[in-house]
Amino acid sequence: MSTTTPSSPAEPTTPVGKTADYLDQRTKIGVLTKQLVRKVFPDHWSFMLGEIALFSFVVLILSGFFLTMFFEPSMALTRYENEHPATMHGELMSVAFASTLDMSFEVRGGLLMRQIHHWSALIFLAGIVVHMMRVFFTGAFRKPREINWLVGVTMMILGLLAGFTGYSLPDDVLSGNGLRITDGVVKSIPIIGSYLSYFIFGGEFPGEHIIPRLFTLHILVVPALLLALVGLHLFLMVLNKHTQYPGGGRTNNNVVGSPAVPAFATKMGGNFFIIFGVLALMGGTMAINNVWNYGPYDPSPVSAGAQPDWYMLFLEGSLRLMPGQAEIVIGGYTLSLNVLIPAVVVPGLLFTFLFVYPFIEAKVTGDHREHHVLDRPRNVPVRTGLGVAFLFEFILLALAGSNDLIATHFSLSINTITWVFRILFFVGPVLAFWITKRICLGLQRKDRELVLHGHETGRIVRFANGEYIEVHRPLDEQERWLRVNYDAHAPLQIEPAADARGVKRKGYKSDKRWQRLSRFFYEDRVEPVTPAELAAAHSHGEHDELEPTHSAPELVSGSGDAEREH
Amino acid sequence: MKALAARRHHRLAPVLLMLLALLVTGGVYAALAPSPAAQADTASTADIETGKKLFQANCATCHGPSAEGTAQAPSLVGVGAAAVDFQVSTGRMPMQMNGPQAEAKPPQMNEEQTAALAAYVASLGAGPAIPTDEQVDASLGDPANGAALFRTNCAMCHNAVGAGGALSEGKFAPPLFETSEQNIYQAMLTGPQSMPVFNDANITPDEKRDIIAYLDEQRDGSAGGLSLGSLGPVSEGLWAWIVGLGLIIGAAVWIGAKSS
Repeated sequence: MSTTTPSSPAEPTTPVGKTADYLDQRTKIGVLTKQLVRKVFPDHWSFMLGEIALFSFVVLILSGFFLTMFFEPSMALTRYENEHPATMHGELMSVAFASTLDMSFEVRGGLLMRQIHHWSALIFLAGIVVHMMRVFFTGAFRKPREINWLVGVTMMILGLLAGFTGYSLPDDVLSGNGLRITDGVVKSIPIIGSYLSYFIFGGEFPGEHIIPRLFTLHILVVPALLLALVGLHLFLMVLNKHTQYPGGGRTNNNVVGSPAVPAFATKMGGNFFIIFGVLALMGGTMAINNVWNYGPYDPSPVSAGAQPDWYMLFLEGSLRLMPGQAEIVIGGYTLSLNVLIPAVVVPGLLFTFLFVYPFIEAKVTGDHREHHVLDRPRNVPVRTGLGVAFLFEFILLALAGSNDLIATHFSLSINTITWVFRILFFVGPVLAFWITKRICLGLQRKDRELVLHGHETGRIVRFANGEYIEVHRPLDEQERWLRVNYDAHAPLQIEPAADARGVKRKGYKSDKRWQRLSRFFYEDRVEPVTPAELAAAHSHGEHDELEPTHSAPELVSGSGDAEREH
Repeated sequence: MKALAARRHHRLAPVLLMLLALLVTGGVYAALAPSPAAQADTASTADIETGKKLFQANCATCHGPSAEGTAQAPSLVGVGAAAVDFQVSTGRMPMQMNGPQAEAKPPQMNEEQTAALAAYVASLGAGPAIPTDEQVDASLGDPANGAALFRTNCAMCHNAVGAGGALSEGKFAPPLFETSEQNIYQAMLTGPQSMPVFNDANITPDEKRDIIAYLDEQRDGSAGGLSLGSLGPVSEGLWAWIVGLGLIIGAAVWIGAKSS
């Protein structure tokens, strides 16, 4: 980057320098470039999880661009005349399906591109999920990043939509089954359901319009929205600065890491090529969505093992777990609770949790400060527990969506699996929450113990009077900082129900409710070791004399600093 | 011996012991295990008398002394030679264990014994005969027509390409990748266990051959690369998470560990 500052008296001599000067004189781009080039990003592998989603999105756009050159989104009927695949030769099918086969077997590199595109979609959503997990468990959604969390959750939902619309385009039996389920779900919505279904499909399912409509959504509307939100997401990330893990010297007022150019940009570029490489490797060696196996769509057949892509499996599982008896008829009108609850209410609850969680946590914490240093998951046991419970439910539903494959591969009865999952649907998250919270509290106590007593060294010393002690080695500064530098939030304190003159206070009931929730969050907590406790712990052991810790006073001041900064 | 004793705490000692133990177990098993290829020198001709004796020795406990059926097992009068050949040559019968369904296992009877049993059961009443080689020749069938028939008649249990699927209460439709062409035809003809019968009026012999041709196509693997079990999106998702995300996160850890 040889940007020339406008103030520089020397004229640029190199072609690059001249071009940069030309641009800079007209756009003042030098100022912006300088800022971005020197922007510091913290270094940690888990900060690259979002890049997985970003870079697979780039691969999706590139490979998708190729696919649009050959795909014809039409439901007109045609007879497939190509020799390959032999199992489809001479079959009657939609133009959309025929063009998918044609691009797979006749277009050079077409099948590779299709497979790269599909694998990228799976990895794109997996990247989003792991990135969300990192952000959630480290508390990176806290002020000032709540808006960016909302942008992220919206992108995840758009990602699901992009995946679903693209998956349905080839018009094969498997994706058609998925559309049929969608139709059923839409129809289960009370009152407007059937109208909405006719609106979406342009008449009774499957109609002749759905593929072109999905195509427009898939290649125009959803990606455009996603692109805009990706821009916003990255802009907010730069604006808010990147969070960093706790550690010595890292505060809410600084960012410890490497500058964007050259170190961070190099790593990011390298990561892009690795991700592109892995996706190309998968597309080249592992078959995915061989639509000719499923055949052209026809509403009658449904094959065993008919499932959606992994990110939609939780919906499939939710439907599979729901007992069918929940369908009720009121005055001649059918209310399909057996579909409405698992396919609309359950995902609605899950997504609502994601949208509102940062705000609920801020409210029960009574916290209005900015946070740029991340939490260690153990230090916020209830959040970590809730996150694990959420994941448990999501994974359980995905497994329930695969119950037939679990049955065949582990020689189990599908009926038993379904019943076990039905019970676990209610009991599992509670257990997962409770166990996780206990583990977190246990780890915090272990941290306390370690800070107060140091590492066991295995060195046994005998005193002149015959007493044996084991020598403990105190933690070094970095280790101690990590373990004492966190907030153990206490439940909210609220004003009394009535003031001094006995007048009832407005809003007391609502405050009381929030306090109850706050107690759930912070009633059980492990306080970090205070400097006083540390000093006390160090003075009572005679073995300190054996291992003169000259750093002891510094430690206290070190953690004292931490207290002040936090 | 002293050198050996001195090294018995070496960190590779357990590995070495484990390898030795595996070698010994494997060797002993290879030496003692009954060889499935061993041919019994009975049944030089597949005659009904031999079949009857075999039946009474191996099958009569459940199917009754003259194959009339008992409370535990159905009558075999009229099931035909095709049913016997299917059940016995895939090892499903004689059944060794009660379970949700009789599972395929290494066959207990050799070819002559199977033929003898089939001849005996066929002599009890008219039933479907064992199909001829031409009837099951995949190269004579039309895989495209087979695919269409398979989708409407078979895929709901056996999966779109015959990778198998689950039925209720632990029963299952087995994968068809390893099933012989004869056995596929016989299964359609006789409807073993949970499977419905597809008689010749339902699916004509030519159409049955088309289905065999379609299944035969699946044995060449997928045009797209590794077929991942042909199980559909669930296995694809699992591979995406394990292989794809595994590699990518591994790389991220590696990049993150590089000091800048």
